[in-house]
Amino acid sequence: MQAVIQATIDFLKLYWAPLLCGVVIVAVLPLIVGYVVLVERKLMADMQARLGPMRVGPHGLLQPIADAVKLLIKEDIIPEDADKLVFWLAPVFSVGAALLAIGGLAFGPAFQIGVNLNIGLLFVVGISALGIFGIVLGGWASNSHYSLMGALRSAAQLVSYETAAGMALVSGLLLAGTLNIKSIVEAQGSAGVWFGFLAPVAFFTYLVASIAETNRAPFDLPEAESELVAGYMTEFSGFRWSLYFLAEYTNMIVVASVATTLFLGGWLRPFANVHWLNFLDYLPPLLVIAIGGYCLLRTPKQPTRVQQLFMVVVAGLCFVVALVLAGPLLLPVVKPAMAEAVKPFYAGIHGGFWFIFKVSAYIYFFMWLRFTIPRYRFDQLMRLGWHFLIPLSIINVLLVGLSLIVGCYYHLQGWALLLATTPAAILGLVAALIILGIEQKNRARQEAAAAVGFYAG
Amino acid sequence: MLDSVIFYFFATIAVGSAALMVTRRNAVHSAIFLIATLLATAGIFLQLRAEFLFIVQIILYVGGIMVLFIFVIMLVNLDVALHQIKFARQKWVALIVALALSAQVGLLFWTTSKGAGQIWPGLNAAPANRLPPNAETVAKSLFNEYLLPFEIASVLLLVAMIGAVVMAKKRA
Repeated sequence: MQAVIQATIDFLKLYWAPLLCGVVIVAVLPLIVGYVVLVERKLMADMQARLGPMRVGPHGLLQPIADAVKLLIKEDIIPEDADKLVFWLAPVFSVGAALLAIGGLAFGPAFQIGVNLNIGLLFVVGISALGIFGIVLGGWASNSHYSLMGALRSAAQLVSYETAAGMALVSGLLLAGTLNIKSIVEAQGSAGVWFGFLAPVAFFTYLVASIAETNRAPFDLPEAESELVAGYMTEFSGFRWSLYFLAEYTNMIVVASVATTLFLGGWLRPFANVHWLNFLDYLPPLLVIAIGGYCLLRTPKQPTRVQQLFMVVVAGLCFVVALVLAGPLLLPVVKPAMAEAVKPFYAGIHGGFWFIFKVSAYIYFFMWLRFTIPRYRFDQLMRLGWHFLIPLSIINVLLVGLSLIVGCYYHLQGWALLLATTPAAILGLVAALIILGIEQKNRARQEAAAAVGFYAG
Repeated sequence: MLDSVIFYFFATIAVGSAALMVTRRNAVHSAIFLIATLLATAGIFLQLRAEFLFIVQIILYVGGIMVLFIFVIMLVNLDVALHQIKFARQKWVALIVALALSAQVGLLFWTTSKGAGQIWPGLNAAPANRLPPNAETVAKSLFNEYLLPFEIASVLLLVAMIGAVVMAKKRA
């Protein structure tokens, strides 16, 4: 007994910081996801010339909390013929995989749970791929045709697009030369150029594949409302349904973070090595101050006293965040002796800001696509994956490797590496066009054959 | 102490769910317990500080093969009565294989315990900080020392893949 207690104490002594970070993530993530949903609804409303949620709180700012309360107190229905155990297990599996994948990520140089994980990126990608079991098992356990169809579609889609995404990641990793997330970002810092510019074809492939992997429109076939009710989630209600929802949006954050880390420079500021652009450091606090100022400006226009108060509180929060962001910049100016002590805080806070900024931009792009492009048909989706993205990504791995060898031969580094990788990217583009041409010809032939068969029969 | 606690935790899960996998009637339940077994084995790899093996186990076996297993189980929709008859026939073969395997393991225990002068063969996890980075070490030995076997294995896989495509095309 003594030994067990001693072991527990040793364990806590070693791992208290990651454990604390994990608890913070599990506690805060649902809130973040709720607000991502609110942003999505607001954006959708804006693009469709509506107002969106406006009732709960000023401009609907408290809507996520109302939604969460509604979901929590809803009746939890389990269909009579459902496989109870699997029905219970499936959403938990989905959420567990998504949350575990977050553990491998680094939100800035200071905030990382699995510190210096040697297999970093592989861990994130591999664990987040497990979420598919939640979808498939949930669809099977509900014992309903819509659910099963949704689950099967989802399994096929994820398995097909994982290959393309993996190959795109391999092209990026060739440039980084390591799997460790911190080292990947540091490699981009020392190269002075983000890998998204060195491997644009890989970035594009990953972008498309990541949309398909998170089941977002235009590839949201597993839950196509017009065909399958809600796909694998049809029979789920209340809290279980919200777990699926949480897993879906967490996965979005995970793929956005992976893309940011590997292709968009992680937590590095744009032009991190260019000294005359150092004034960009003042951008984050100014941005947050501007948001707070706008909130104050809108306060008198709110209809009720509570809403006015809420607006002032939001503005105050913005100013506090701005103070935190500006602190490490202004302290050395006031007290030059503090310059060294403040440096790690500066790296942590501003790194975190830029990382979250880039992840938000990536997610914004996802939403933008969702409201712009109509849904694909299932055979079109499969054809895009197998006939276009996978060949393109394999060709691209070869081209990036070749350009790296050429760059090594001529001792190219940093921006100069673009001299080698740009021709490779152009070759990749040509390959893409050739693949598309072959594909078009094949489809024309198939359609002609089908037409002949139709008229003959 | 901590190491052995973690080991017995994962080992219990692995053995328990392996037993459950064999005894379940429902094919999907068996698949779920097989997933649990594979994940627990991955946990043991991690406890031995072989993090690359851990993630490869998860990506290949759990994320790849098991997804296809479940996919096939759902597509085929096994008839319960039919597959019971079919599987019952393998009882004696399974028994012989299991006996042979346990004899081998017993022999291993017997020989190692004799050599080291102890009852059970001791397996000690390497200290975390002294182990070289896993992924790099595996890659180096794979591409330096074992390049030819590696290439032969990949050609074999390619042949299998092309064969599968050809067979699928013929059916259509």
